[in-house]
Amino acid sequence: MLRFLSGDEALAEGVRLAKPQVISAYPITPQTVVVERLSEMVEAGTLDAEYLHVESEHSALSAAMGASATGVRTFTATSSQGLLYMAEVLTYAAGGRFPIVMMNANRSTALPWNIYGDQRDSLALLDHGWIQAYVENAQEALDMALMAYAIAENPQVSTPFMVNLDGFALTHTYESVDIPTPEQADEFLPPFETANKFDFAHPVNMGYTAGPEHNTYYKYWAHQDMLDAASVITQVEARFAQVMGRTYPGMVEAYRCEDATRVVVTLGSAAGLVRSVVDALRAQGEAIGLLKLRYMRPFPGAQIAAALAGVHAVAVLEKDISFGAEGTVATNVNSALHQAGVRVPTYNFVGGLGGADISPDQVKDMFAALENPAGLPLVTFLGVPEEGRC
Amino acid sequence: MAITAKTISDNELFFGHKACAGCGGSLAVRHALKVFGENTVCALPAGCMSAVGFVFPQLCFANNAMITPFAATASVLSGIRAGLKVQGLDPAEYPVVGFAGDGGTADIGIQALSGAIDRNDDIIYVCYDNEAYMNTGVQKSSLTPFGAKTTTTPSGKNVHGCLTQKKNMFEIVAAHGISYAATASVGYLPDFLKKLEKAANVRGTRYLHVLAPCPTGWGYPVDETADIAKEVVDCGLWYLAEYENGQFRLTRNPAEFTSVEHYLRRQARFRGVDEADVAAIVAGRDAKWERMRAEWGN
Repeated sequence: MLRFLSGDEALAEGVRLAKPQVISAYPITPQTVVVERLSEMVEAGTLDAEYLHVESEHSALSAAMGASATGVRTFTATSSQGLLYMAEVLTYAAGGRFPIVMMNANRSTALPWNIYGDQRDSLALLDHGWIQAYVENAQEALDMALMAYAIAENPQVSTPFMVNLDGFALTHTYESVDIPTPEQADEFLPPFETANKFDFAHPVNMGYTAGPEHNTYYKYWAHQDMLDAASVITQVEARFAQVMGRTYPGMVEAYRCEDATRVVVTLGSAAGLVRSVVDALRAQGEAIGLLKLRYMRPFPGAQIAAALAGVHAVAVLEKDISFGAEGTVATNVNSALHQAGVRVPTYNFVGGLGGADISPDQVKDMFAALENPAGLPLVTFLGVPEEGRC
Repeated sequence: MAITAKTISDNELFFGHKACAGCGGSLAVRHALKVFGENTVCALPAGCMSAVGFVFPQLCFANNAMITPFAATASVLSGIRAGLKVQGLDPAEYPVVGFAGDGGTADIGIQALSGAIDRNDDIIYVCYDNEAYMNTGVQKSSLTPFGAKTTTTPSGKNVHGCLTQKKNMFEIVAAHGISYAATASVGYLPDFLKKLEKAANVRGTRYLHVLAPCPTGWGYPVDETADIAKEVVDCGLWYLAEYENGQFRLTRNPAEFTSVEHYLRRQARFRGVDEADVAAIVAGRDAKWERMRAEWGN
């Protein structure tokens, strides 16, 4: 069924179809529409879930973790400062191997205070043990909600999953979205089953302390299982295509990269913009492409290296800066290229901070700069305003 | 059937842990679990009981239990209860119980606790109050009493230990209109057991605040825990009370108090208090009791 939905609403529809049994919710712009819609679904009886009105993001994720420890499917959602406020709970949930699915509305981080979109919130937390996916449009938001549960709850993976939507650009933009039937959703996503839960016949102590002599065991397996999640992502997308008839390209999407000499690497809604510029410039005969990163963890290093081998110059466009270094996406991409022995110059473009617009002309300029990159700085901020006060 | 020393279960659910000799906190947890039973699901934040009972592979709870983030005892309890509820597990049969220290309750955990009481989630929250951050080496919490020396409230020539009074957690919790709240002391076990049993049979959020002396942090011989936990009640620096159906009630109302000075002088942490400090502590005690007796009607 086709409906005209915002990214937040589409995500909420995906969550409804996934049938979480416990939802813990705390509002923050621009995530609020998700928890509002879910509360309406629970009220209307179209979603049979316990809905906990918690008093903070820290408690939102803590409650989800407690519920997950009883073996039920859980959902929560957050954004920006809320994500940072619950940051310590991210490591608990990941270390406890609780396959919670959480939506994050990518939003700028204070100060200056700002409610609009950039990706400095989630990218700051790449090391906290969560799978991180970034979606491009409302349809992908809905579909990713369903796939997130299938991936996170796979017994080989058993790792929490963060679905990232660009604040406002995605969360509040309306598009036509195809909503699967409940039957399709049930066929795709079976009920949650896990051995990682309380057991009244054989009680367990969960989430304990592990000293220096045991600690590395847990960290090693969290890492290995996250790496192995890559193959589960492929399987889940294949199964999704089989049931829903919509295909996804894996952890990266290489768009018109085959013979490209210049490629822009980006993620989230900016991929849609770059895609349209690629089409426009391709029509004028330029050999350019887009590499969209759909996952940041597990990191698709091999796929990135394969897609960029043979390219002359690469721009990494991201809504993030790690002050004093470069954008975090750029660091990750550079590492993957270096490890794979792909010797291609990369240039980091930082844009869209605090909801600043990235224009088609800026993307065109980026492709133009890659043609003759000599003298191009390693990090370029797009559109630095004249005014402000330090 | 009333649970007493004669009828209490022999089934031990918390054992093999590394608590200090004479630990009042472990005594509180052990007795609480005997009352709540083997189907209890526990959640414990950072603190003495998780540090001594939860180190792989030496896991010391014979019932289901998990560690929580420090600030999140109550919110994890709420999540556990919600998860059990959707699976149709009766809260009377499967109690969900948190054990947090004074810092984990009155300082970092108070927000989540307030949220859980606001939702009236069907959980039991037990604060074992040893009057400082003992697990990290005796630092002041908001439940450290006036005059107590801790490693962050040194007692010297200029300042005699902790300058603040104990935060009034029991009445803060009651002000939410909680289903049931009580104070207790491990020095008065029959009273504590009675309140545990009552809490087990009330629905909604329940809060038990049990004073649990710590020989390591308070500085007294390890075999005097029960005695000192009794004396703190007898001298009036702690009180045994209940809040239910919107009413406060003293469950022990001593006709005469024993010596505050005797209670203080037997503990190394109060070594720095002078006569004026003792007089101030006594005056504070008297004012509190006057108010409790006047307002709580007994």
